[in-house]
Formats: sequence, structure tokens, C-alpha cells
Amino acid sequence: MFVPCGDSVPDLSGCTLLMPAVSVGNVGQLAIDLIISTLNMCKIGYFYTDCLVPMVGNNPYATAEENSTELSINAEVYASPSKKLVALQLRSIFIKYKSKSFCEKLLSWVKSSNCAKVVVLSSSHSYHRNDLQLRSTPFRYLLTPSMQKSVQNKIQSLNWEEMEKSPCIPEIDDSEFCVCIPGGGITKTLYDEGCSKEIPMVILLKFVSEGDNIPDALGLVEYLNEWLQIIKPCLQCDDPSASALPWKMPSSWRLLFGSGLPPALF
Amino acid sequence: MAATFFGEVVRAPCRAGTEDEEEEEEEGRRETPEDGEVRQQLARKREVRLLRRQTKTTLEVSLLEKYPCSKFIIAIGNNAVAFLSSFIMNSGVWEEVGCAKLWNEWCRTVDTTHLSPTEAFCVFYHLKSNPLVVLCQCSCYVAEDQQYQWLEKVFGSCPRKNVQVTILTCRHVTDYKTSESTSSLHTPFLKALKTQNFREPPCCSLLEQPNIVHDLPAAVLSYCQVWKISAILYLCYTDVMKLDLITVEAFKPVLSSRSLKSLVKNIPQSTEILKKLMTTNEIQSNIYT
Repeated sequence: MFVPCGDSVPDLSGCTLLMPAVSVGNVGQLAIDLIISTLNMCKIGYFYTDCLVPMVGNNPYATAEENSTELSINAEVYASPSKKLVALQLRSIFIKYKSKSFCEKLLSWVKSSNCAKVVVLSSSHSYHRNDLQLRSTPFRYLLTPSMQKSVQNKIQSLNWEEMEKSPCIPEIDDSEFCVCIPGGGITKTLYDEGCSKEIPMVILLKFVSEGDNIPDALGLVEYLNEWLQIIKPCLQCDDPSASALPWKMPSSWRLLFGSGLPPALF
Repeated sequence: MAATFFGEVVRAPCRAGTEDEEEEEEEGRRETPEDGEVRQQLARKREVRLLRRQTKTTLEVSLLEKYPCSKFIIAIGNNAVAFLSSFIMNSGVWEEVGCAKLWNEWCRTVDTTHLSPTEAFCVFYHLKSNPLVVLCQCSCYVAEDQQYQWLEKVFGSCPRKNVQVTILTCRHVTDYKTSESTSSLHTPFLKALKTQNFREPPCCSLLEQPNIVHDLPAAVLSYCQVWKISAILYLCYTDVMKLDLITVEAFKPVLSSRSLKSLVKNIPQSTEILKKLMTTNEIQSNIYT
């Protein structure tokens, strides 16, 4: 359930809700971190649930000593009121058998808060690509029927590729075709529920492998930005090798691959 | 997929935990009524129950509803438990008010009426002279799927804001992320995490990002943060996870906190009690028993 930080429940009607699926490489979550950090979004509440493994830590978006001691939990909601953007960040994995229950609770909250649309940032195993997918862009999108009318033209003008359907049961020759997102976590469930509950939802995903997934996250936010225009290009950027857009990495991305090495190792 | 040094192609573990999701989906499709029945039985076996050992009855309401308190001190893990036993419970009369009975793969406690000192347990006490002080000694592992149940059975569904919660626990120093090597750190050392409503200065420095906490301590602190309860977690990073004198003594700065200051009576006596606890544990922790 959504629990606000303050005393009153914020009005989210008409906002775009951005959220990650916990998926291969944690790309969706890294992408949401980039968005929250770059836009300096403020925390408006918690999505308190018994479906996610508990975890706590200090403010992952801290920029100074003063704001570094705010406690963060496993599912929090941030907002940028000026851009009518709301971001839900999920920081841990699902407890066994609880993912479907989470999807139901989440979508029930989305419906009751009257969000204009939901954008799910996700990823899928790159080793599952077929030959055609190997030769094309690694980004894909999916729209629920209630979203198709409003954004179809814009999506077509961006020349984006829709996620292809694949055989539901690959071992059987005449198997039906359906959307499969291996490594996508709850992406498929969210998409199916979004279709059946008529929720305006967009899935944006990238084919990735586990490893250093920061470049994948940067790629995914830039893909999202092509459509939503969350931030504008930085025209005074001096470093030619940097992204044209000033995405700010949060301070919690330090030491992603562990502590320093013992000098005696060498 | 990944290729190993020996040329085998293996399924690389996905740190997003998505293999479980795929297994769950497949299980959901193939599950027969018998499978469902087995799953329900396992869920019932894993249920967390709060009971009074003296009367062998289950508590009908949550523990803090039955025993409202202004101070709730929770020790999780054997070193934190030994610290509270030696330095806090050595003075005053502590009456047992409840016991959490739970089963999981790590904590196979069946009989909670006769527990040996080294067996895992989760017991609640209040101070007879001031029943508003409640203490929990939890040395059993509470699994992921049981942590929220534990919270519900202890805190209940109506969060009380006028309670101050103090949690003590240990973690292995290899869990601590720092730009220097963990082998160069002077262990054990204490770190703290507090909720927004906790106003006092902590007894040690706060846990810096990117460090995080999991398990029951995280579940309790999350609950307190969300429901605006004043709470602090004192985390001792150590390189000895079994019962250890130096690790237990690393919690001593916490004795100066407002929650514990009034409960501390005789520190030299506490140190003696602690040494006795160590000896008892060493005798009991024989692989042949």
C-alpha cells in the first residue's frame, strides 16, 4: 500500500508513473535511479508491501552531508511535480510466490491514483535473441491496447521496434505465438494485467547480459527520453565522449563491484 | 548463458533473481491440487506463532497490543543477545511475556518449552519494575517469508508512535563496502541507521552508502520508518560471527543511549556474566554433542 511521507496523500492524477521491473542486469532499477538523481526528485511516500525482501540504507541520492542521513527502504515513490512525473523505485527482489500479488496491489494503486500512464523500464536476456533481433537495435517497446491510440503515431515517428512475439512452447512446431520476456521478471505479468485491466502502459526494454550494466541503463533512459523528453541535451558539454545528456549518477553507485582490493594481493 | 574456463556453457545466475520468477510461472501452470495442498501445508508449518510458554496458549493479539511499551529493545543474533543478557538483563527482574515459535530450514526449533542455552530462540520479556520496557532476544534466523509475519505478530496492524525502538545486530565485515580493502579495517566496529523520527544523536557514526542492511533488522527498521516510529539500529561489523567476547563488548557505546542508560547497573558484574556465557557456549559447541 502507498504510505505518504507527509500527512496528506499527494494528488497523482494525470501524472506519468515510471517504474522498473526487477530484471536481468537490474537495468530498469538503474535507469530509475538515474532519472530520480538527475531530476532531483523528492520522496513523497513508500510502497509498503510484504512482497519484497526487506532492506534499508541511507539516502542513495545524497549530494551532501546534510541530506545523507535520510533512511530509504525497498520500495519508495518520488515525484517531480513540474514535469508531472512520478517514479516508483524497487530495490529488492520478490519473496517467493509473491510477485503476482505485488502486481495486483501495484496496479490497484495505479488505478486508484488516476495516473495518466505507466512506463515500465525493463530488460531481457540478450542470449534469447533470434537472428533478426541480433542484427537490429537492442531496444524494444510494448503498448497495452488502451495506450495504443494516444502514442502510436509518436512511436512510429521514432522508428521504434515493437517486441516480437515468439512461440509460447518452442519445442512444438505449431505452437501459438505470444510475447515472451525471458529475464524480465514481472514485466510480462504487468503487461498482461495492464492489457486485461485496460491500464495505459508502455514497456520499454533492452536486451542485456549481466555485467556492468550502467551503459545499458544510460541507453535505456536515453531511449525513454527520445519519447518523453525528460531532459534536454546539454549544449555546453565539453567532454565529447560523454553522453549528450547530463544524466547524474547517484552517490550510491560507488563500489558496485565490491570493496577495495587488499594490497597484499599484488 | 556463460562459458566457463573448461568450455562448459552454464546458466549464469541473474542477480535480479528472475530465475525464480520463471520457475514460479512454470510451477503455476503445472501445479496440481496435490501440489497446492503441499504448498499450503508448508506455508502453515512456516507460520510464525507467538505464544506464552507458561500457559502454552497463543497470543490472540499482537505482543505490543497486549504489552504496550515506551521502550522496545530487540537483540538479533547471538552476540547481540549475549550483550543484552550480560549488560541489561543482569539487573532487575525480567518476566517472560511471549515467545515466537517458528520453523525454517535454518531454525528447526520444535519444542520451545525446553530450550538449551545454545539452541535458537526468540523470547520477549518486560521489566517487572517498569513494564513499559520490553526486550526481545532473538537468536533464531527469521526467513524472508516470515519477517513480515513476525512484524505483524509483534507490532500488530496499528502502529504505535510513542514507542522508541532500539535494534542490535551483527554482520560479517565482508558485507561492509569501503574503498579500502576490508582486511585493513579494525574490527569489530559499530555503525548506526536511524529513522526520521529518531531525534537523539546516535552512539556511533551512521552507516554510509552504498552499505545496506537486510533480514529482520531491516524489516523492523522499514516498518518504523514508514509508520513514523522513532527507531535506531546499531550494527556491529565483525569478523567472528560465532559468540565472541570482543564482538559483544563492541556494543558497549550503546549503553550511553537514552534507551539503555537507565537499565545499566553493574558493568564489572556484566563482564563476569559475559565471560561465563562464553565458557558455557564453548563447552556446548562441541561437534560431537
